[in-house]
Amino acid sequence: MNEVELIGLGKTFDGHPALHEVSVAFRKNTITAIVGRSGSGKSTLLKSINGLVHPSSGKVLVAGQPLDYNSIESQRRQIGYVVQGNGLFPHLTVTQNISIPGEIAGKTDPSRVGELLAFADLPASYAGKYPSELSGGEQQRVALCRALFLNPPVLLMDEPFGSLDTLTRRDLHKKILEVRKEFKLTMIIVTHDVSEAIRLADDLLILDGGRVQQFGSRDAVIQSPANSLVKELLQATLN
Amino acid sequence: MSLFSKDKIVIRVGAKHFTEGYILSEMLSQILESKGFVVERKFNLGGTLVCFEALRKGEIDIYPEYTGTITREILRSDNLSLLDSMGLKISKPYGFNNTYALVVKPGQIKTISDLKDHAELKAGISYEFLKRQDGWDALAKVYGLPQDPVGLEHGLAYQALLDDKIGVTDCYSTDGEISVNNLVMLEDDKGFFPEYEAVSFYRNDPGSRIADEIDKLTGSISEAEMSAMNAEAIYGKKSFREIASDFLVKKNIIRNKLSGSNNDFLQKITQHLFLTFIALLIAIGVAVPLGIFLYWNPKLANVFLYVAGLLQTIPSIALLAIMIPLLGIGSLPAIVALFLYAILPILRNTVNGFRNVDPLLKEVAASLGMSRRQQLRFVEWPLALPTIVTGIRIAAVINVGTATLAAFIGAGGLGEYIVTGLALNNTQMILKGAVPAAVLALLIELIFELIERRATPAHLRKR
Repeated sequence: MNEVELIGLGKTFDGHPALHEVSVAFRKNTITAIVGRSGSGKSTLLKSINGLVHPSSGKVLVAGQPLDYNSIESQRRQIGYVVQGNGLFPHLTVTQNISIPGEIAGKTDPSRVGELLAFADLPASYAGKYPSELSGGEQQRVALCRALFLNPPVLLMDEPFGSLDTLTRRDLHKKILEVRKEFKLTMIIVTHDVSEAIRLADDLLILDGGRVQQFGSRDAVIQSPANSLVKELLQATLN
Repeated sequence: MSLFSKDKIVIRVGAKHFTEGYILSEMLSQILESKGFVVERKFNLGGTLVCFEALRKGEIDIYPEYTGTITREILRSDNLSLLDSMGLKISKPYGFNNTYALVVKPGQIKTISDLKDHAELKAGISYEFLKRQDGWDALAKVYGLPQDPVGLEHGLAYQALLDDKIGVTDCYSTDGEISVNNLVMLEDDKGFFPEYEAVSFYRNDPGSRIADEIDKLTGSISEAEMSAMNAEAIYGKKSFREIASDFLVKKNIIRNKLSGSNNDFLQKITQHLFLTFIALLIAIGVAVPLGIFLYWNPKLANVFLYVAGLLQTIPSIALLAIMIPLLGIGSLPAIVALFLYAILPILRNTVNGFRNVDPLLKEVAASLGMSRRQQLRFVEWPLALPTIVTGIRIAAVINVGTATLAAFIGAGGLGEYIVTGLALNNTQMILKGAVPAAVLALLIELIFELIERRATPAHLRKR
């Protein structure tokens, strides 16, 4: 039932511990939001899942398999990744950007780009445009399409809407919920915006100082915050 | 060894880079050509040492030399049979004695001994004479001369004398400038200078059979005739080729004037571009893959970049000269030197081009499950390419300019006009080499700008 599992995960950067003994089993086909203050280790945790960060201790399991750091490429192709600042390749068109996961894996699917553009509410005419010609919100939709191209079972998102305005963010939240409905996958979203987390997530993982403060369903966490820190975090938003 | 190609034998004729040297070498060349030999002219070899080395190593077959230079400077001995063990021979003399002399403007001073009483006179001496064993130091000792000489290019010394920038300079007794400018040769009253009879200095290769042909010059040139030919080269309109040709025809040594090749200029530009681009292509082939390797292995990067940078600090003419003992003269050492110069800009721009790709994009590429090769191919290479092409452009422009110096080591190219022009103090000839070289550099800049535009990824091009 667990698509992604972290067991005793620890990470130290130059003597500074970013993560400490993190053990979490993310539920399959749910949206989990990781929240916490800046510097709490959220991004480090997320990047440990697709191996962009190598743990100092502990294990990472994806689809029941530990990450094989010597040939991690095939595992990464099963994990979608959307970042703040979208990371679209500026020298490739929208179509080329979206279909590049297929090119790498050797799987072509000519109609898929059109399907994804339609799903993302982007006009078909965008296919030949370059990312620089699109707005911030549109670029992030393209990045989402790219992440979904191979139908990965896991989708990671690192502060995906951080640089967007409130209204655009609102539209994209709706899109995320649609993704959950249409695409059956396990989504893990890092955000410092607690209201965003509450709106999107089924489960909440609260981090502070690299340690798990609380992990549980959204409603459970809201109703019974595990400690004063969690309480503070939630109260600031809910009021 | 001269090369055999079917029944045509190739003889390589060298020349020292001064007027008389060119004329005599041109005469030898034309005599051999009139007898069916194929002659490769390797003029512009510099002075005695470079010519002799080239002869000894077999890179040239013959060049005109002087007996005094052979005994005093090359062999350091009067025993000419030493040449036999080196496989070298001397022909019978051409008929004139071109000795070293000191020359001044007309006035009080008549002999070299007179210089002792004129310590205020500034002496400008040619580099070759300063360094020779029978040169200034020995002369000053014998005569007790007080002057402390300054080194000068022989071709520039006369102008300096006429402009009173110096008071005395060394000269060759058959220099054309002496009579034309009414200068006075100082009498060698202590008999310091030996005889410098002009002869052919050549390799005793059994197969080459040139001895009979070059004997045609024996006793055929007098001092006055040589002096007149030198004057004509400097002050007249004729080329060396024509002067040599006219003399040989007049003396019935050859039948007809040989037609000069008018594609001389074209040949030189072609050679220039050849040197430039061969070196560039090899440099690209080495530096770009090496750059990628260093990008993947950053710990080694600093060492390699440092070494490449060090190569750049070596002055170009020095690097070319260092090639001579290693690789001889000609195109090969020039290409190697140019190759070494081209490496740094290309290597550095390759490494930096890759390093400067947005790290976020590299992270995303990795997250998509791209192998290192795929990251290179889809993301890093297209984004680094404009920077790499800029590096190649810089190397190309450097090479075109440095290739002008290749002429100093006998590699040809537009630099030949510059070297010859310098030796003869002929500005027009210098420009004939310098201007096209500059134009070539500009053209290369323009062409590369076009290439850079094509290499720029679409999103960065101005629409």
